Amino acid sequence: MISLSRILAVFAKELVQMRRDRLTFAIMIMVPIMQLALFGFAIDTDPRHLPTAVELKDDGPLTRSFLASLRQSAYVDIVTIARREGEGERLLRAGKISFLIVVPENFERDFVRGARPEILFAADATDPVASSGAIAAAREIAARAFAPELDRLPTRLRGAPAPFEIIVHRRYNPAGVTAFNIVPGLLGVILTMTLIMITSIALTRENERGTIEALLSTPVLPVEVMIGKTTPYILVGVIQTAIVLGAAAHVFRIPFEGAPGAFALAAALFIFTNLMLGYMISTVAKTQMQAMQMTFFVFLPSILLSGFMFPFAAMPGWAQAIGQCLPITHFLRIVREVMLKGAGLADITGDLVPLAVIFAVLAVAALTRFRRTLD
Amino acid sequence: MADRELVIDVRGLTKRFGDKTVVDHFDLAAPRGLIYGFLGPNGSGKTTTIRMVCGLLRPDAGSGTCLGYDVLAESRKIKARVGYMTQRFSLYEDLSIRENLEFFVRLYGMDRGRRRVDAALAELGLSGRAKQLAGRLSGGWKQRLALAACMIHEPELLLLDEPTAGVDPKARRDFWDAIRQYAAQGVTTLVSTHYMDEAVQCDRIAYIAYGKKLIDAPSRDIPSQVGLKGFKVHADDLDEAERRLKGAPGVEVLARFGVVIHVCGRDVRALARAVERIRGLEGGRADRFEPGLEEAFIFLMSEVADNFNGAGP
Repeated sequence: MISLSRILAVFAKELVQMRRDRLTFAIMIMVPIMQLALFGFAIDTDPRHLPTAVELKDDGPLTRSFLASLRQSAYVDIVTIARREGEGERLLRAGKISFLIVVPENFERDFVRGARPEILFAADATDPVASSGAIAAAREIAARAFAPELDRLPTRLRGAPAPFEIIVHRRYNPAGVTAFNIVPGLLGVILTMTLIMITSIALTRENERGTIEALLSTPVLPVEVMIGKTTPYILVGVIQTAIVLGAAAHVFRIPFEGAPGAFALAAALFIFTNLMLGYMISTVAKTQMQAMQMTFFVFLPSILLSGFMFPFAAMPGWAQAIGQCLPITHFLRIVREVMLKGAGLADITGDLVPLAVIFAVLAVAALTRFRRTLD
Repeated sequence: MADRELVIDVRGLTKRFGDKTVVDHFDLAAPRGLIYGFLGPNGSGKTTTIRMVCGLLRPDAGSGTCLGYDVLAESRKIKARVGYMTQRFSLYEDLSIRENLEFFVRLYGMDRGRRRVDAALAELGLSGRAKQLAGRLSGGWKQRLALAACMIHEPELLLLDEPTAGVDPKARRDFWDAIRQYAAQGVTTLVSTHYMDEAVQCDRIAYIAYGKKLIDAPSRDIPSQVGLKGFKVHADDLDEAERRLKGAPGVEVLARFGVVIHVCGRDVRALARAVERIRGLEGGRADRFEPGLEEAFIFLMSEVADNFNGAGP
């Protein structure tokens, strides 16, 4: 016979245990709130406000009105007006901008003459999703920009075809292959997920099994424990990296344009950082279960706010700020820049430095948390 | 005692967890080679005291030395020369017997590690099972392995926290034989226990309750310090005799030893009146006797049953 009172007894016991495990309870409440915030506010699959540089090689009323109209557009946010040759290209490769718009020399003259000058829209197509909307809107933006000017033009220039040409370049991924973005990104996701998860139970397992007491009664130093415990997983990270790179090259035919040395350095730093993050979690979590939950708590924003799944530039400022604190955000940029854009060490320092800072903060925090005593 | 070198010499050791004082101004002096027993109910601060001595917990107050090192500032040096056997089995169950010993040999930075491990295995009688996982061992073997692991770096001080809980009497005797041997070689031992037959093995006893040391004396002086008087009670129906004596005023210890009941109390007149109750029982007889260590310990252990209520943690 099923007894209601026994069911109630089990039910009451579960409620009490749930209440005792504060962290689990907090995460159960936090996860839906976080997901609502992320999906509801932070994520925009039709990215607007893409950081853009405009290179103006001509100056005149037409150019200025074009610029003004670009400023009005929701798709692009002009962050720089490049005056020097090649400056825009450099920004594009370093990932500082998603778009480069070049107005050619003698644009005004050719426009009026009907020589149909070409405006270049160069998009960073490493993330095809992020750039597609703006690419599609390029013609529209230009047409709207010149509409008032067209009205004032001599009649012979009115009507189709427009007195200018729009050239769209999908840089670094001319065919717009999604795998070009996803596969290198997956490297970051895989390393984040597995390495943090493995190391997050490094100390909690010792705590749960009681072995920490024997460990701490020896003269071993916290830093010795930390290095000894995380080092084996460096090898795991290296193997994973090799597998993903091998698949990228041979299965998905993704080019590797940049410097292997710079890539190796960044990958090593990223692996260290993830191990440190996991180890940090293990100094906080009391049980392996809590460690898993905290790993998930890191994992969720790592996928959603890093620019892996959804365009980084399309997120609001607060979400970008969170994203900047995640190691994977920087690693993803580095991977794209090195693999697809042919970047070298100098190009990726902007992301290597934050990665190193995150690593250092985590290492210090973990060492401070892990005490030599049982207090 | 004063002419022998003090291995542990601490004063005013205090530990608080939150607003609870678990160990309260604890003084401890242990000369080399002594087996020092900590007796006391659960939660009386025995484990906490041991952990403070070996540097696993930081005292909130107090000072002193352990093995000549400052207990507050030099806990790493102390750790290197102390063997600590935890209450709960704290070796790696998913490592083999050999791997566990090797791990600790290396953490202590011992030379000739392999030979030490081989010697320890031979001494344990586990050479043939060195590859077996530690988790597969029975309770008694786990405890012997744990002792071997905390002795592998030849410590001068051995801290044992309820070392033979859940171990059969034979294994317990063997264990104590080993401790006696170490003591003869000059190893000092600090042991916390619940068991009377462990307590009688100690040279000196500290009785702790609510984090305070109530008695601290050589074992042979304990009975006179406690001041028990006793009767040995015989009767054909011991159950009935026990029923009549239980809870009677003046009876503070009531323990059956085979076919006799030892009835003890500090007030000999009240005790004599209580013993009158068995009058008329078939074969009923009561003889005065001088209570020894056993009775004294039973009395001490039962006096404060549990420290979890009230002041203790």
